[in-house]
Amino acid sequence: MLAFIVRRTLWMLMVMFAISLLVFLIFFHTPGIDPARQMAGRNPTPQTIAAIKQEFGLNKPLPEQYVLMMNHLFISRDLVSYTNRGLKVLPQIEAAAPVTFSLVLGAAVLWIFGSIIIGVSAAVLRGTIWDPLLMVVALIGISAPVFWVGEVANMLTQSKFHSSPLFSWVPPLGYTSFSSDPAMWAKHLIIPWITLAILYIGFYGRVLRSSLIESQSEDYIRTARAKGLSERRVLFRHSLRTSMITFISLFGLDFGALVGGGALLTEVVFGLPGVGYLTYNSLSNLDLPVIMGTVVYGAFFIVLANALVDVGYAFLDPRIRPT
Amino acid sequence: MTDSDQPPLLEVNNLRVSFRTEDGLVRAVDGISFTLRKGEVLGIVGESGSGKSVSMMSVMRLIIDPNAVFEGEVIYKGRDLMKLSQDEMRDIRGKEIAMIFQDPMTSLNPVYRVGWQIAEQIRNHEDVSKREAGSRAIELLRAVGIPKPELRVNDYPHQFSGGMRQRVMIAMGLSCNPDLLIADEPTTALDVTIQAQILELIRRLKSEFGSAIVMITHDLGVVADIADRVVVMYSGRVVEQSEKREIFYNPQHPYTWGLLGSIARLDRPKPPRLTAIPGTPPSLIDLPTGCNFAPRCRFRFDQCGIEDPPLVDKVGDGHLDACLLPVDGRASQREAVINPGMAESA
Amino acid sequence: MSDLVVEDGTRTQPVAVGSPLLVARDVKKYFPIKQGIIFQREVARVHAVDGVSFEVLEGETLGLVGESGCGKSTLGRCLLRLYEITDGTIEFAGTDITRLSRRQLRPLRRQMQMVFQDPYASLNPRKRVGQIIGDPLKIHNMGNRGSIKSQVQELLSLVGLNPEHYNRYPHEFSGGQRQRIGVARALALHPRLIIADEPVSALDVSIQAQVVNLLDDLQDELQLTYLFIAHDLSVVRHVSDRIAVMYLGKIVEVSPAEDLYSRPVHPYTEALLSAVPIPDPDASAHRERIVLEGDVPSPVAPPSCCRFHPRCRYATEICSAEEPPLVAYGTGHIAACHHPLNVEETPAAVFS
Repeated sequence: MLAFIVRRTLWMLMVMFAISLLVFLIFFHTPGIDPARQMAGRNPTPQTIAAIKQEFGLNKPLPEQYVLMMNHLFISRDLVSYTNRGLKVLPQIEAAAPVTFSLVLGAAVLWIFGSIIIGVSAAVLRGTIWDPLLMVVALIGISAPVFWVGEVANMLTQSKFHSSPLFSWVPPLGYTSFSSDPAMWAKHLIIPWITLAILYIGFYGRVLRSSLIESQSEDYIRTARAKGLSERRVLFRHSLRTSMITFISLFGLDFGALVGGGALLTEVVFGLPGVGYLTYNSLSNLDLPVIMGTVVYGAFFIVLANALVDVGYAFLDPRIRPT
Repeated sequence: MTDSDQPPLLEVNNLRVSFRTEDGLVRAVDGISFTLRKGEVLGIVGESGSGKSVSMMSVMRLIIDPNAVFEGEVIYKGRDLMKLSQDEMRDIRGKEIAMIFQDPMTSLNPVYRVGWQIAEQIRNHEDVSKREAGSRAIELLRAVGIPKPELRVNDYPHQFSGGMRQRVMIAMGLSCNPDLLIADEPTTALDVTIQAQILELIRRLKSEFGSAIVMITHDLGVVADIADRVVVMYSGRVVEQSEKREIFYNPQHPYTWGLLGSIARLDRPKPPRLTAIPGTPPSLIDLPTGCNFAPRCRFRFDQCGIEDPPLVDKVGDGHLDACLLPVDGRASQREAVINPGMAESA
Repeated sequence: MSDLVVEDGTRTQPVAVGSPLLVARDVKKYFPIKQGIIFQREVARVHAVDGVSFEVLEGETLGLVGESGCGKSTLGRCLLRLYEITDGTIEFAGTDITRLSRRQLRPLRRQMQMVFQDPYASLNPRKRVGQIIGDPLKIHNMGNRGSIKSQVQELLSLVGLNPEHYNRYPHEFSGGQRQRIGVARALALHPRLIIADEPVSALDVSIQAQVVNLLDDLQDELQLTYLFIAHDLSVVRHVSDRIAVMYLGKIVEVSPAEDLYSRPVHPYTEALLSAVPIPDPDASAHRERIVLEGDVPSPVAPPSCCRFHPRCRYATEICSAEEPPLVAYGTGHIAACHHPLNVEETPAAVFS
């Protein structure tokens, strides 16, 4: 098992290296594009361009450029945005990360509970009208684009019904950190949590339901019933336990992608200055250094999530544990 | 040893199981009746679609298909199991009547340790501590012949071989000392030498513990080995039913003859050809009128396609068969099917 | 073609027993088990087939019998070069095919075909039956579309299926019928040798008999040679002229079918035979049962020398010290054992 974990970690590092290489090549060596000009932002002065060339060693051979780049990113950590006049990239990302974490973590808690409730109910109530009804609700959750749901939520909570007791507590769009004011932090995040969770509750609810229904016809479920176990025990201790394997693997991957900046739309709609928001802004402004930073950051989380899911899978399913 | 003056442990009366489907009513089991006493082994023989598994799953009330329709009685220790609630059945399942299944690879939950699964059953029915359930699990594994049970009890199912897994299933089935064990093709998926070990174990259960066993199989050799009485099923119906020796030495139904004639046997000289039963079993939705076996039976006559042959005792001693053929002619007809070479030279 | 008419019980039809069609010499197939943190090293091997030598004579049916893990299915696939063997040679019709390239092998592949075990898994569910049977003909350019179709229909009726069902899908057929389709596919190229890997194990007993009879008839009609791989001893005895018994990757006994059952030489064969349930209650009750202890050992670390010695009731010291050679005991009976049963005279020859 240890060998497996070590091997997986090494693999992860290799993939990260490959990604960084790819990012570097795309940003610095796409033929026909002058990286210095791109990085300099709008209306650059010749001095800026010259400074960039100097800083990134664009006149030097490729491998050196790569090393310089990595140095700026990870070691000296002084990658600087030219569009936003000298704003350091990494601190920006570091400041944005907790916002994204807060958003995704809260939504994740909601969607895990929500999807288990929906999935289990639909499976148990199979054959009644509730099953298809629940699945239609889930489908709506999946189909409604998150930015639309977000905007509608905003419209309802911020303007239309803001005065009503239902939504009067909703603060204007923005974010307060947990450490400064926990209550406010939560109030800012509740509606975004629900919005983001809706999509995933729908998806995971459906996945769980079909996984549970499929497991009903498994031989070991038949054995569990033959042992005289109650239906509840069979459902939770046997069906759900094995269905959770897939559920958790999918969850790990989605969570990783979201933390890496995938909650972009939600953050923008709700004005939460997270990594996704940062990415969005930098894309609008073509702020190359920031884009590079967020891409590498996002990729890191996805790769990490993948590796954790692989290892976690081995914990959950004893059959695939390497002996 | 069977005590015939003891009341029967299990009495199945005219059990019928059908399933409503879009294409029609599937008559999976069309009237099976038998009794079973302590220490007796009943062999239920049939091929796929005969209804042998469905009938015993129904006895255990394990079929939860809302489209299933059940008729008849299943009297266990004086109570009709078909009338009990699921809660009452759960008290019986695993505790008084246990069932083990065909494929040990898929019949055990892959994510829980074997000891845990056995202990789960014990603690479900009896008020014992985890520790006690755990040590009973170890003893059970020892009793079914698994070496080093103290270590193996913490292994997962995939760490056992097929034969060992089946022993684990048997250990689990016996964990609460049931009076009746139903074994659904327990050795079909196993190698023949492992099958011999499992059958030996089952024989011990019968002789040492006096368990009543229902053995479902398609293998007549297995039946000849451990059964006391035999029920032969075809297409949902019982076609022949008697004490074991009668089935093998004095079979009365053409399907039984067909089965005996179509198996390759080690103990007899090789026939030039196996006497295959022509055709295939009928669809359970679209059953023929009259005898289900008639379309494939070489001895059929007009009445066979009209009347459902009743399951009746014609040769005495509780030997029932469902065939309209006159009894006197059967011996030579039987020989023509089972020993065609010999019959011609006679 | 010699007319061999043998007394009571065995075939009374002529058996054309000719020269060796398929010869395996010391065939070995090991599967590596790899472990390691970064670089995977081979730490152990699965000795699936561990030095197997035998011949299949033209026109005969050689039965290959053994339990799970003995390597019989792997051996069958090795013989057709579906696996690359680790060591040894394979000769087909006098040609050494062990290391032939795929292109060189292609024309020979027409002459050796396989029928597989699981009629539900071995037919592509998305292809029509006519396509499944016709594909081999297309691949080997044996005719245009029209002639292929008529060949396929002929094959369908040859195996007892309705030629009109050319356009149906596998799921529309029963298990026994699907197996017949598999047989038709194997016959499409008019092979000389058919390796049947457990062709009837997945079928009901009454359907087994039908398919066994079919294989029997086809052998006579088309002069086929069969290597019949199975675990069911009774069926193997019925179809075979000679039988080879495998245990843990090695052949432990080869004998004419009748002799195997009346006088087994190897203790494993004896145990195997005594384990087969007999549909005769009285005989069953009075039988001596040899119940082997424990499981078959792992092919990763097979016992030294005689593979069977840990479970053998006749084993002595020599059995774990010296590998028993395959020895001929007259009348075509060969076995590898230091304590052979049912033999009085000294061995006739040692097989090398």
